Amino acid sequence: MVQFSTARLDASFAALSDATRRGVLEQLGRSEASITELADRFHMTLTGMKKHVGVLEQAGLVTTQKIGRVRTCRLGRRDLDEEAAWIDGRRRVWNERFDALESVVEALKRKEASDGRDNG
Amino acid sequence: MGETMGKTGGETGGDGRTTIEQRSDRELVVTRIFDGPVRLVFDAWTKADLFKLWWVPKSGGMNLKSCEMDVRTGGGYRLVFDLGEQGSMAFFGKYLEVVPLTRLVWTNDEGEEGAVTTVTFEEEDGKTRLVLREVYPSKEAFDAERGAEGALPEQFDQLDALLASLAASA
Repeated sequence: MVQFSTARLDASFAALSDATRRGVLEQLGRSEASITELADRFHMTLTGMKKHVGVLEQAGLVTTQKIGRVRTCRLGRRDLDEEAAWIDGRRRVWNERFDALESVVEALKRKEASDGRDNG
Repeated sequence: MGETMGKTGGETGGDGRTTIEQRSDRELVVTRIFDGPVRLVFDAWTKADLFKLWWVPKSGGMNLKSCEMDVRTGGGYRLVFDLGEQGSMAFFGKYLEVVPLTRLVWTNDEGEEGAVTTVTFEEEDGKTRLVLREVYPSKEAFDAERGAEGALPEQFDQLDALLASLAASA
């Protein structure tokens, strides 16, 4: 099971809680678009759209690339999956270690308890 | 007390759950609660004979060949893994900070831009909340590390080269 980081999940849900931003994701699912194009399509100011895209970008749902004066937006899903897979790999390593550490701590506790009993 | 006494077979009062979170573009935070006082958990991190019992992930197919730890501020550590036919691999670094029962900070110097690892221990009701942070020197170093899993053959090539040069200079 892939366990996403909670910070990332929070950011993703916050990003998806807005109808315009969901519309932007649908739009970018069809094709990449510049901020200007997105602003036109959703009848918004450039500044307003920049904010929305910023939120989506923060959540890793969208990536943007500035070429010249045009900032192009596209879905960032692939990056997100790769990142989640990497983090999940790290989590598995630590989880395995910590399961073993837990056993060690348990053994130490038992030893301490029995030593304590021995010493009265 | 009776509550912990009553537990059976591997069940513990720890949360049994490892959480991991990317806190920034160069920082990873791992947390877990262990059902035991800090003095025992801290021992398991700082005494080589205990550390060896749990550090090596069993699924990784690696065997720890040697483990030297000089756990004091400014002291060093060195873990050598046996990779079978591929030789061995060393992980090493320096303890930047050692505060007994509270905090361990060490460098990971086997790579070029290794993370600094900080482990903190907090006790609450006989349990230990452990927080481990890996902070990379830059976003680039972190991204490179994230790409590293797919690059294992390359790492082994580098390792081969390193071993060859070590053998030559020996």
